[in-house]
Amino acid sequence: MQKGFLSVNTHYDLAVIGGGNAALCAAITAAELGAKVIILETAPKPYRGGNSRHTRDIRCMHRGPLGPLEGDYSEDEYYEDLLKVTGGKTNEQLARLVIRSSEKALPWMQKHGVHFQPPLSGTLSLTRTNAFFLGGGKSLVNAYYRTAGKLGVDVLYRAHVKHLQLEGNHITRVDYVYEGQQYQIEPRSVVAASGGFEANLKWLEKAWGPAAENFLIRGTPYNRGVVLEDLLEQGVQSVGDPTQCHAVAIDGRAPKFDGGIVTRLDCVPFSIVVNKEAQRFYDEGEDIWPKRYAIWGRLVAQQPDQVAFAIIDSKSLKMFMPSAFPPTEANTLEELAEKTSLPSEKLIDTIATFNAACGSSDAFHPTELDSVATTGLTPEKTNWARPISEPPFYCYSLRTGVTFTYLALKIDENAQCSTATGPVKNLWAAGETMAGSILSQGYLAGLGMMIGTVFGRIAGREAANYANG
Amino acid sequence: MQMDNLEEARRQAEICNACRYCEGYCAVFPALQLHRSFSEGTITQLANLCHNCRGCYYACQYTDPHEFNINIPQVMAEARQKSWETFAWPGGIARMFQKRGSLIALATIIGFAVIFYVIRVLKPSGGEGFYAIVSHATMTSIFLPAFLYPLFSLGISLRRYWRKVDGEKITWGQFRSALISAGKLKNLSGGHGDGCNFEEEDRFSNQRRYAHQAVLYGFLLCFAATCSGTVMYYFLNMPGPYSIFSIPKLLGIPGGLLILVGCSKLIQLKLKADPELGSARVWSGEMGFVGLLLFIALSGLLLFSLGGTAALPLLLDLHLGAVLAFFLLTPYTKMSHGFYRMAALIRDAQMKSESKK
Repeated sequence: MQKGFLSVNTHYDLAVIGGGNAALCAAITAAELGAKVIILETAPKPYRGGNSRHTRDIRCMHRGPLGPLEGDYSEDEYYEDLLKVTGGKTNEQLARLVIRSSEKALPWMQKHGVHFQPPLSGTLSLTRTNAFFLGGGKSLVNAYYRTAGKLGVDVLYRAHVKHLQLEGNHITRVDYVYEGQQYQIEPRSVVAASGGFEANLKWLEKAWGPAAENFLIRGTPYNRGVVLEDLLEQGVQSVGDPTQCHAVAIDGRAPKFDGGIVTRLDCVPFSIVVNKEAQRFYDEGEDIWPKRYAIWGRLVAQQPDQVAFAIIDSKSLKMFMPSAFPPTEANTLEELAEKTSLPSEKLIDTIATFNAACGSSDAFHPTELDSVATTGLTPEKTNWARPISEPPFYCYSLRTGVTFTYLALKIDENAQCSTATGPVKNLWAAGETMAGSILSQGYLAGLGMMIGTVFGRIAGREAANYANG
Repeated sequence: MQMDNLEEARRQAEICNACRYCEGYCAVFPALQLHRSFSEGTITQLANLCHNCRGCYYACQYTDPHEFNINIPQVMAEARQKSWETFAWPGGIARMFQKRGSLIALATIIGFAVIFYVIRVLKPSGGEGFYAIVSHATMTSIFLPAFLYPLFSLGISLRRYWRKVDGEKITWGQFRSALISAGKLKNLSGGHGDGCNFEEEDRFSNQRRYAHQAVLYGFLLCFAATCSGTVMYYFLNMPGPYSIFSIPKLLGIPGGLLILVGCSKLIQLKLKADPELGSARVWSGEMGFVGLLLFIALSGLLLFSLGGTAALPLLLDLHLGAVLAFFLLTPYTKMSHGFYRMAALIRDAQMKSESKK
């Protein structure tokens, strides 16, 4: 035994590293196949579940109505939606495996305690493609923990896994720290479902440079990539671009970590967005959610101090989802400049120039591309271009919010990891730890949860079979 | 409503409104989403619509230790209690009552002391059964005002409530929708029929819903038993005591049993539930109230089964004293929540039909 490590008496067939959706799907599946499972979750109990806590829905193919889903959503349509957001960069074999398996995953979820909302009334029009969890992602996580508990799965919270000892083509040992003490266990199988590295600012800095210091992390503070880094250092193969992460523009006043859904700002299409020099830098009317949503994180990251300001007037205030923090409000543009520390003259000039470039807004239509555009303006605003003219004026500050990273472990169809010399016999990966094969850039709402569910179940099945065999 | 709780309720409601993950759990969230800012009246309405099922708390990614520290069940419970204290007539009694549940016990003692006194001084003319101890006329002269007073007091309170929440003229359809919702306790169903998270963290269970329904329907049965007795006495010339197969007994005995079972379960659940998700301030008052209701049912059933023994007069004093205390205190105890809840459900039906326009 390694010096300083305490051995745990209970024998486990399977150690699942992580405590989110993918980890739980793996643990439940393996336990149902008779394996003795322990979940090692870094977070304390109230924060368990990783980024799954913050999710809301899952994307599912279906031929005909299925559970809460209406109409149908074919494999090909799902796959084409994926190609659109990733620009074609995906592993077709794995992507289609997820898509095809998704139809059976949804009833499985319901069987294991997940409740779905009846089709939504109006918040989002995704009732055909996406099923929404009743109560959101944390309620899904709670349901899975209940189910896992009933199946005899042990859960250790605040268990920081530091190292998986790779010897030849086997993981021989899992080292973790719990309440300041070091422990080691020797399970037969290991499933790594411990998320990405977005909460590791130092790692983000490697890719983004010093700008990363000003990023906000939208999800759990516990996705620090410890296990991912440890495995990569030992030669486990990776996939995906380490410089890529999914970043959106969120409310600049959001917490540094864990702000989640309420930091979302949907005001951009109805606003002009300026940087701290009160200068516009991109077409705010380019497209509507979700495409537009994902580009602004990157745009804001390229501005000085990584901040921007979305400015609207009173006629637009109620056209988007309410925000968690109230906007800065002012009766004049001078006052708004003063309150937001934007250069006053420049701001007034930018708005005057923008207003002068606006034409008739008779065709203005807030929910579709309306071609109400500016003329002769750089950058132009190609939709929803209405003058900022009716006080009071409102301003939301924007910052880059990182949601997840794409660098991941490379896996095969059985979720198995490998080194240059071939598969690691008893190591599988699920969830964000391996999603980079399918999602290399961009994002498709609800796909992350489906990857976690499908590959969590595959990893759990394979790990249990190996342990039983 | 205290300013700090109102501000806190507003802060939390704004965060909820930006999230909306909980919209399927109960009526509070769809109602919340009709607003962008939250007046005191809106918070009051949301608070009285909240059934403290706690589903939203356990589903929320922003609860303690998160810096947003969202706890909607608690902030709503506090706002609800404050609103009842504000609307109660005459003011002051409710506040006093919430503070100490022991007051219920005290009121009970006073209640039956008065009965004792009445018995001793008036020397009732007598009759058969219970009326040999306290005459029917005596009972009526005590209980008729004791029954009308709370209705009068609650009427004033409900009018105050209605004004606060900008209520409009009530239609039969709105009333009916509220009645169905209250009867089914739809807002304790969790939106999926598995119930609420009251007793053990995130586990869903219908126990609180069913226990609550047992009390509600038990109470209505007992009330109907009393009404039928009154009708028989005055209009059908059929004075009591009644046999076990009479209408008052056939309604009253199952009613009493339902209250007994329901109240015991509610007390048991309340002991298991996390006090941090309710208004801890009024915990003793609420417990005292359920205890009182349970005592009434128990003493009533004992009266029936111990009829003819020497324990009867004392038991009757205790039972009547407790009933008297229950009625007189109705506007100031948890009993009033049923009336406010109905008002909130009616107002919710109005808001729903307005938003569809």
